[in-house]
Formats: sequence, C-alpha cells, structure tokens
Amino acid sequence: MPENKHNLAAGNVSFWNDPAKRSLVFQAILFLAVFAVGYIIYQNTQHNLESRGITTGFEFLDAEAGFGIIQSLIPYDETHSYGTTFIVGLLNTILVSALGVFFATILGFLIGVARLSHNWLIARVAAVYIEIFRNIPLLLQIFFWYFAVLRLLPGPRQSLEFADIAFLNVRGVYLPSPVLGEGFGWVLAALVLALIAIFFIKRWAKRRQNETGDQFPVFWASLGVLIGLPFIVFLLSGASLQWEIPELKGFNFRGGLTIIPELSALLIALTIYTAAFIAEIVRSGIESISKGQTEAARALGVSPGKTLQLVIIPQAMRVIIPPLTSQYLNLIKNSSLATAIGYPDLVSVFAGTTLNQTGQAIEVISMTMAVYLTLSLLVSLFMNWYNKRMALVER
Amino acid sequence: MIHNDNKLPDLPPPKNTTGIVGWAKENLFSSPLNSILTIIACYLLYISLVPAVEWAFVKADWLGDSREACTSGGACWVFITARLNQFIYGFYPEELYWRVNIVFAIFSVLVAALVIERTPYKGWIASFALIVFPVIAFFLLYGGGFDLKIVETHKWGGLMLTLVLAVVGIVAALPFGVLLALGRRSDMPVVKSFCVIFIEIWRGVPLITVLFMASVMLPLFIPEEVSFDKLLRALVGIVMFQSAYMAEVVRGGLQAIPKGQYEAAKALGLSYWKSMGLIILPQALKMMIPGIVNTFIALFKDTSLVLIIGLFDLLAIVQAGLSDPKWLGYSVEGYVFVAFVFWVFCFGMSQYSQALERKLDTGHKS
Repeated sequence: MPENKHNLAAGNVSFWNDPAKRSLVFQAILFLAVFAVGYIIYQNTQHNLESRGITTGFEFLDAEAGFGIIQSLIPYDETHSYGTTFIVGLLNTILVSALGVFFATILGFLIGVARLSHNWLIARVAAVYIEIFRNIPLLLQIFFWYFAVLRLLPGPRQSLEFADIAFLNVRGVYLPSPVLGEGFGWVLAALVLALIAIFFIKRWAKRRQNETGDQFPVFWASLGVLIGLPFIVFLLSGASLQWEIPELKGFNFRGGLTIIPELSALLIALTIYTAAFIAEIVRSGIESISKGQTEAARALGVSPGKTLQLVIIPQAMRVIIPPLTSQYLNLIKNSSLATAIGYPDLVSVFAGTTLNQTGQAIEVISMTMAVYLTLSLLVSLFMNWYNKRMALVER
Repeated sequence: MIHNDNKLPDLPPPKNTTGIVGWAKENLFSSPLNSILTIIACYLLYISLVPAVEWAFVKADWLGDSREACTSGGACWVFITARLNQFIYGFYPEELYWRVNIVFAIFSVLVAALVIERTPYKGWIASFALIVFPVIAFFLLYGGGFDLKIVETHKWGGLMLTLVLAVVGIVAALPFGVLLALGRRSDMPVVKSFCVIFIEIWRGVPLITVLFMASVMLPLFIPEEVSFDKLLRALVGIVMFQSAYMAEVVRGGLQAIPKGQYEAAKALGLSYWKSMGLIILPQALKMMIPGIVNTFIALFKDTSLVLIIGLFDLLAIVQAGLSDPKWLGYSVEGYVFVAFVFWVFCFGMSQYSQALERKLDTGHKS
C-alpha cells in the first residue's frame, strides 16, 4: 500500500514496531513490577512485624548479649553487646577461611602435581583422592571428622602427647603459646625491615640480570634476610620470648594455645574438600601448556626445575587463577557450614543465637548476607588485580 | 664374495622392557626418586587399606535387627539394614511406599531414556519428563487427588527428599536461569542491571544464609493468612540460589555461539524471541548440558544443608539415627553408607558429564 511505504520512508513506524520505544515500555513495566513486588513485601512485613510486636532497627546491636562463645579472637564475655557478637563471629569466619585457603592451596597444588606424576601409583592415588572427596557433600565430611573421628579421641587424662609440649584429646589440640616479653617489638620491626630489604634485593637482582645477564640467588638471599635479621635482633634484645606449655589441671588442660575440635573438624574438611577441586584446576592449568614449551626450554639448556619455575608455572597460572578464585570464594561461603557443628562463625553466632534471642530476622540476615557479599567482592577484586598482573599482554 | 640378502629375524625386545617387569620399570621405578615414592605409597596403601577392608567386609556384621547382632568387632552394617526404609523413604507411611516406588520407577525410566543415545522421540520424552511427570509425581507423593491420602511434607525424608529437592531445584531453576542470562546480555539497561544484581547477590552468599532467609524471613514477606509449607520455603530458597548459578552456565553457552549466528538470525528478519528460541538457545543449550550436569551435582550435594533448617534429608536421617540411644556409637557406619550413596550418584553424573563433553567437543579446542 502506498501510504505504508510512505510512512516507512519517513521513519514513521507505528509505536509497537519501533524497537527503541518498545524496549523503553518493556523496561518501564519491569521497573514498575519490581517496585510493586517490593512495595507489597514491605507492606506485608510491616504488618507482620507489628502484629508480632517486633521492633525494627539496629538498636539491638547495643543490647547485652548474655550468652557465651567458645572461641573468640577478641575479649568477649556474656556482658558484651550483640554488636560484639557480630565482630566475634566475623573474625572467626575470617580465621577459618584464611587458614582453609592457605592449607587447601598447598594440598591442592601437591595433589594436582601428583596427579600428573610419571609414577603410575602416585598418579592413581591422587586421582582416587580427587574422585572420592569431591563427590561427597562437604557437610557430611564435616560431620564425619567431628562426630566420627574427633569425638573418638581419648579424654584429657589419656591425651596423646607429642614431646610433652603438645597434646591431643577429645577437647581439642593443646599447643604451647608464645609469651612475648619486653623488647619483642624490635623483632617485629626487624621483620618489617627484612621484608622491605627483600623487595629492594629483588629489584636490584632483576636490574642486574637485565644489564649483565648474571643471575643472583634471590630466593636464598631473601630467605636468609627474612630469618637472619629478626633472629639477630631477637638475640640482641635479650631473647625475651618464652613458651607457655599447657598443663593438665583437674579435668582439663590450662594455659597454652587451644584449638577447639570444632575448628579442627571444619578446617580439615574444608581443606580436603576444596583441595580436590584445586587439584583438578592445577592439573588442567599445567596440561594446557603445550609440550613444545618444555621441549624448547630444555633445548635451550634450562634445567628441569627452572623450566617448571620460569616457563610452565607462570603460563599455567594464567589458566589457574580465575577458577582458583571461585574455589576460594566457595571455601569462604562453605565455612558457614560451621553452624552445623557449633563452631562459632558468623552464621552460627549471629544468624543463629543472636537471631533467636532478638527475633530481628531482617536486620540479622541482611547483615550476614552483606558480610559474605563484601568478602566475596574483596577476594575477587584482589584476585582480578593479581590476574591482570599475570595475564598475557597481547599486541 | 658371498652376499647374504636374507633378512635376519627380528630379535625379541629386551626382556626388561616388556611385560609386567618392563611396565613397572617404566611407570614405577624410572628413577631413584620414583622408586622411593613408589615404596612409600605402597606402604601407606598397605597400612590404610588392609584394616579398612577388614573393618568394612571381613569382620563386618550384616544381619540382625538390633545392636546385639554386632559382635565381630568390624563394621556394624546392621545399623543401616535395620533402618534402610528410613534412609529411602524418611517417615513416609509404610503402607504407602508403593506410591514413592512408582515415582522412582518412572523417574529412572525417563532418565535412562534421556541418557541413552539412541532412544527415539527424545523431544517428546523430554517434554513428558518436564511437564507431565511433575504433575504425576506431585499427586503420587503428596496425594490429594484421585482418592489418594494426603501425606504431609514433614513426613518426607531420606533419599526421596534429597531427590525431590535436587530435581525440583534444577528443573525450576532452568527457565529462570535462561531468562536471567538473556537479561544479563540484554541491551536494555534497566533489565540488565536488574539481572546482574540478582545474579551477583545470590552467587555471593552461602546457600545456608539463603535457606535461613527462606525459613525466617519469607514468612514475614507474605500475608499473615497464607501458611507456607517448610519444604516449599526451602525450595523457594534453593531455586533462587540455583537460578543464579544456572544463569551463569547459560551465559557461558550464549557467549560460545559465534557472532555470525546472531547476525544471520537478524539478517533473516527474525524477531528477538524467534532468533533466540529457534537459533541461539537450541545450540547454546546443547553446549550447556555438561555445565548443567555439573551444577546439578553441586546442587545434589548441597541439598544436605536442609538439615540445618530441620528437614530430614538422607544425611539428617543418619544424624537422627545417631541420637537414638539404641544405636549410640555407630556414626562411622552411618556416614560411610550415606557418603557411598552420595558418591555413587555424583560420580556417575560426573562421568556422564565428562563423556558428554568429549562427545560434544567440536574440536575447536586444541
């Protein structure tokens, strides 16, 4: 029809057939729908809270908590506020996550490399490890270590001893704890100084290698500085460090450093479970490096160790880091399973006991979720920054 | 001069490069370090495997119905056999087990039909599994129609509950995941940011906080009069959580479709939904199957968390059994059994997903 043609030519499309306008309408509808759902939820919540007599707001954080927590990194007792319980839980979550990430990375890399070993038996054992532990729910593994292994340990009087300074029993692991004397601050200062020195040694060694081609044993020099400097200062400042050894008094050990069984069980399970996934990531990372790289390095006369260190690992890391980041995030999130065995992490202390005592479901759950979101964000920001540094610079 | 043109017969390979000896030399004792590692590994295997096999099989007790039957000092599988019904059906009324069995049977036939490569009419079977089967399963498990007695969901438990949570979770999460992934790749800023926020929030928090939210906050969000079943609340939480993960799997599939396909669809004059439904999604979904299976494995393991909000899945049944004074001290057997069940399911699925990955690999990777 002639009119239609005319319309199209003038760009005068009917309203519904113009993609730009249609998308505007569509977005407006979605926005209104989300807003409406939000409003209905808000109305319902207000009504429900009123009829149950729950006050909203964050005032409860200042109220006295009145319950004890079995492990706390900061001073805490029943008289502290709910706000403090939040901090205690948060620190405990960070503690177990950091330890878990550390151990799982080491174990995961070991298993991943073992999986690729030329030794048939070692490779098989690593493969079996991976297939067993990643296919069993983590919660079951936590329960297994806590209820089936650590609960079967002997009581305090029959503790397993290690050289009379460390003890293992059903109540936990007891280790000697360092008692810092006067002048120990100097040792810490020396440690910081050593780290700064290592930074400059590394820069200097790199420049020298670029200019002259001579290699400098950076690793051994750094290790020497890192251990030597603080040690000399430690001796000079009068060796003011003592160890407090746990002693059996009455029914339990006193003094020293105590690792509660809840922490051990959680840590063992998190490490073993996550390591199985990390091992697969490491394996696929190393396998992604073509064999020609190894052969080229060997042809240039680079030793096997140096080939691994300078050629294979740096390239494999590019493939490894992104999935490794998700495993770290998973581990942090999985640490929330602590609540099932009563390790006082954020979910257990705050979203558990505090929520039950105050009934402030909305505030408590949102704060808990916000913490995990923030932690996830921080870790992925850091790992993305690290990834960018390691990434291949392409023209 | 005598010239011998006859070829000499091939000499056999040196003895120590063939057979078991050669194999062991090559794979176990190729260097001193390797030999040491082999010997250490053998020793460790010996000291761990022998007692384990002895405990689990040689000295184990299998028959009986109370702990008195456990006398030989090994594993007491009587704990499992005596409670096997509970492990499978939870607290479902015993005279109605047949209803669960029928659902199990249909489900296994459908899964087998979909997994086996040469089944004809796969499309029809898949739509039956996704549309008709859930209705049948609901009426059989819950009851309420066709003269079937209602079985309240708080009586559901064991393997049956684990499967219900996992299957409903993944099937319901799939359409949401597809929509979220399409939204995330949309040009419309409002839609896109809404999807990004939704996905990132659910992916950034632990499932357990989602379950807590579903069990304590959800009742506050809905009108007072509406009562909301505990299992349903957990399912809402699981589906929300899972659709965010599913969205990322789908996004990966969408990104793997070459740009030419999108352009070709546009050049044909297809609308957005037509080009997605007819060209992009069918290709993407095929590529996503391994990713979906992996998500399903993760979800299957994660269903064990519902015990924290008081539902009796497979793992919770062990926990409950352990607090039974008649059976104190058999935790290892309980955990080993449930671990084995989970392991069989997850290992089977992961093997399937790896086989699929090999089959669907079009050779673009090196």
